Amino acid sequence: MPSLIRPTFIGRMLFVWSLIIVAFFVDPAPAMAEYGDVVINNYSDAAGMRPVVFPHWFHRIRFRCKVCHADLGFKFKAGGNDINMYKIIEGKFCGACHNGKIAWSVKNCIICHSGKPGTPIQIHESTQQELAVPTGFLTK
Amino acid sequence: MKHLLKLMQFSLLVTLLGALLNPAVAATTSAKDSAKPATSKATAPEPVYQYSTRPPAIAGGTNPFNRLLKVAKVPHQPPSNDEIHDPTNQGSTILQPPLEAYDGLPQTESGLGNGVDWVKALDDGHLKPRWERTDPTAEPMVMDMNIVRVPKSSMPDVVFPHRQHTLWLACSNCHPDIFIPRRGANQINMAAIVLGQKCGVCHGKVSFPVSECKRCHSQPKKVAVNGGGPN
Repeated sequence: MPSLIRPTFIGRMLFVWSLIIVAFFVDPAPAMAEYGDVVINNYSDAAGMRPVVFPHWFHRIRFRCKVCHADLGFKFKAGGNDINMYKIIEGKFCGACHNGKIAWSVKNCIICHSGKPGTPIQIHESTQQELAVPTGFLTK
Repeated sequence: MKHLLKLMQFSLLVTLLGALLNPAVAATTSAKDSAKPATSKATAPEPVYQYSTRPPAIAGGTNPFNRLLKVAKVPHQPPSNDEIHDPTNQGSTILQPPLEAYDGLPQTESGLGNGVDWVKALDDGHLKPRWERTDPTAEPMVMDMNIVRVPKSSMPDVVFPHRQHTLWLACSNCHPDIFIPRRGANQINMAAIVLGQKCGVCHGKVSFPVSECKRCHSQPKKVAVNGGGPN
């Protein structure tokens, strides 16, 4: 029985090109954010802003945990700190560094408010998240 | 760039479909050398089932051990492609991708979590995170004291090193809210940790995840295991 995939030039080319095309169309695995990324969405969605994505890894390269979690009073709970822009501008929470002196200022809204709209509060990839999927995460 | 890729994909698809649907090409190629394989096939006996000699398509064998039923993931994606950041937001592309930041940092064996051995990175001098917000020269107050906890189960003993923790944290982060600083005053179990209490306040969220059992349960039991009862 003659088959299309034969050791001929066209056969080989067909095989190679089909593999390439399949590789383009097949999504091998879902892309995931970095372990420990915190999505903060206490007020953002309701205010028409994108939720905040806090990259933990980026900050721990530059500051030890103590700086934020002891000195600045960040509780160890995603969404558990009542952060709003007034407090940040007054120099509390993020505003302690994001004041244009230690780090870039709060005027760069879109660098923090960069999450997909509607993303629930979470610590990304956390054990708890794997046990209990946050509400609305799968239905989107 | 994206449009060019799409165009390339489309043209490839068209050529492939064209070649498939063109019987003349297929007929001529099959007619050219149909004799050789046809004779070899005719003499071959009825095919019996042959176990595949190819390597398994899935890493870890044909039956990988996947007790957590995890979906394969592509870790450390750049913010523009990580399913959390909005790719339409211009600010997402300004952010540094994690892999760029991890360049040169020591990696853990398991690759779980960030895949970075953060404490080793500190010890080896790859990182110099600030201890004080405004003072880059401030040094942490390190306390080098190990606490050995004997679990009731047959798991190896837990060695809690204060040194690695005080490199990052202040005493007040853990004491007295999470752990009462008194021997025997803290009841710790894995269920609580997995649910985000005790060690789980950090481990499983930002610090290395609880699936790295041996990093805590690191000291062999000194007493004989008596079926999980109290030692």
